[in-house]
Amino acid sequence: MSIFLNKDSKVIVQGITGGEGTKHTALMLKAGTNVVGGVNARKAGTTVEHTGADGNTVELPVFGTVAEAIEKTGADVSVAFVPPAFTKDAVIEAIDAEIGLLVIITEGVPVQDSAEFWAYAQGKKTRIIGPNCPGIITPGEALAGITPATISGSGPIGLVSKSGTLTYQMMFELRDYGFTTAIGIGGDPIIGTTHIDALEAFEADPDTKAIVMIGEIGGDAEEKAAAYIQAHVTKPVVGYVAGFTAPEGKTMGHAGAIVADGAGTAQGKKEALEAAGVKVGKTPSETAELMREILKGL
Amino acid sequence: MEYQAKELFAKHDVPVTLGIVANTPDEAKVAAEQLGVVVVKAQVKAGGRGKAGGVKLAKTPDEAFDHASNILGMQIKGLTVNRVLIAPAASIQEEYYFSFLLDRANRSYLCIASVEGGVEIEEVAKTNPDAVKQIPIDAGTGVDEAKAREIVAEAGFPEALVEQAVTTVLTLWKVFVEEDATLVEVNPLARLEGDILEALDGKVSLDENAEFRHEDHAAFEDKAAADPLEAKAKEKGLNYVKLDGEVGIIGNGAGLVMSTLDVVAYAGEKHGGVKPANFLDIGGGASAQVMADGLDVILNDAQVKSVFVNVFGGITSCDAVANGIVGALDILGDEASKPLVVRLDGNNVEEGRRILNEKNHPLVTLVDTMDGAADRAAELANTSSNGEGA
Repeated sequence: MSIFLNKDSKVIVQGITGGEGTKHTALMLKAGTNVVGGVNARKAGTTVEHTGADGNTVELPVFGTVAEAIEKTGADVSVAFVPPAFTKDAVIEAIDAEIGLLVIITEGVPVQDSAEFWAYAQGKKTRIIGPNCPGIITPGEALAGITPATISGSGPIGLVSKSGTLTYQMMFELRDYGFTTAIGIGGDPIIGTTHIDALEAFEADPDTKAIVMIGEIGGDAEEKAAAYIQAHVTKPVVGYVAGFTAPEGKTMGHAGAIVADGAGTAQGKKEALEAAGVKVGKTPSETAELMREILKGL
Repeated sequence: MEYQAKELFAKHDVPVTLGIVANTPDEAKVAAEQLGVVVVKAQVKAGGRGKAGGVKLAKTPDEAFDHASNILGMQIKGLTVNRVLIAPAASIQEEYYFSFLLDRANRSYLCIASVEGGVEIEEVAKTNPDAVKQIPIDAGTGVDEAKAREIVAEAGFPEALVEQAVTTVLTLWKVFVEEDATLVEVNPLARLEGDILEALDGKVSLDENAEFRHEDHAAFEDKAAADPLEAKAKEKGLNYVKLDGEVGIIGNGAGLVMSTLDVVAYAGEKHGGVKPANFLDIGGGASAQVMADGLDVILNDAQVKSVFVNVFGGITSCDAVANGIVGALDILGDEASKPLVVRLDGNNVEEGRRILNEKNHPLVTLVDTMDGAADRAAELANTSSNGEGA
């Protein structure tokens, strides 16, 4: 089992003909993902050639719209590699086409565009992951995003993280156990799927035995997640927060990673998580060790 | 800065008096000769300018000259005042607070309004929370006239000002949306003699991600006030933040770099309290040139005693990163003079480590784990600091 993505997911790529789209379509196929096509209005009717996981050549059709791609292929997941200036339109198109899951990899989306498409998505059928995220991987089954599929195999841990490379680092640290699903939710001030959404899904997933939650400075998502864990999560959760040494008022790489007016500090987030009974590691390796101790006891 | 915020206000028809920007006391005097009784206001990106003595009333041009002489060059919250705004003195009857801002927690926008403005709004929120109204804005529908009326009624603007307030709210919303702002703040929004509503001071924060559709925003950047290393890094397209420490940091991915800073700070506790010197995220593709640019910025930081390169090869393979480091050291030649501790993991790590071992550069130490490498980098920074001190 897994959350949000599995071997039956049919994946399309918005921006399949671009540089990033081409590179990662190949890697998603290699990871075993059932990629069924892509979208680029200007190249509708053409195909792109890739190598499938079995080494055979696959011809993927390029459609003019997400709606057409869904109609022809039955796709239920879209991964968007679209430049920031066009991301909002691509997202609204995918929502209108009622795609089940939309993963927005794009970094640098204006936050007002994100606010607008998030408002638009309310009450509609699309789950959004991102923007500015590495996407989601269910090891051994499917990858919708850019997470390296070779780091870790399948196992009992669920992982949710704001950061891409910390997701990779943590998967690497715990590759001896493996993961049901690992989600990078993104480091922007406004994102679709939150820590809480992932925690809720991992709690409901019978194969997930324990959860690693990685946060970073900025906003109050970790504090809210802590309150949610206390009230609703029965599975063990281990936490890690990055940015204890971040100075006030400086954006640390991610658009949303900023301590403003004393709010959103790593210390505050750590304390909130610990108050909710979450063991929080000081470093990624210590966090992995805490998780190992829990898994040994299960 | 205030004068820039006011320029954006004027562009979108928010009632405002621009005043004249002066870079010297002479310019301040000339401006005051044109405007009459004026207020000389320090222009820095910081609040509390009045408390710091950066805002003074001048009844005559000579007074304006004197005040400008005192204020120019002054430090306010660590920022040097390089220019002043000469604004006509206004006769203020009442002061209000008004802002639109990004509301991360609700993934939408918020309007904050108070008819008790002029002071720091956080103070009002503490002493008289009922006077501070928070009105959620739907990011899908925004602020139309009906919503503007709702805001004005909720805030409790006086009857005589309602129509002006509605118009002002609508124009401020235009500033927020059309400039891609994350904050548009007016404090005070003032009731002047004759029941005229005017934005007397303001602050606008702009979304850097939206710069591609606002070419004019680049002009708002205060290059003079920026840290020289940060300015250099920005020129090279590097994501760099200068900190106050001795261990230079290069890594890939914002989260991993933040984590690296923390791990180095912990390691530093055992090594004379050395701290990370910077945040530098070189992103996914660590080419030799990007690595060289990054190292160049860090090695030019006189405080730096050692450098920690922490890369997890995801999509990028570690052999490319290793070649990047080797290439960077070749490009920099003798300029590379400080010890480098390198930790590589992930995609094709064996090849990456082999390349570095083969090169066997005297400055480079390869350490297997992030914690171990942080410890080594902190130790090296500490011993070379001691060496200099002795």
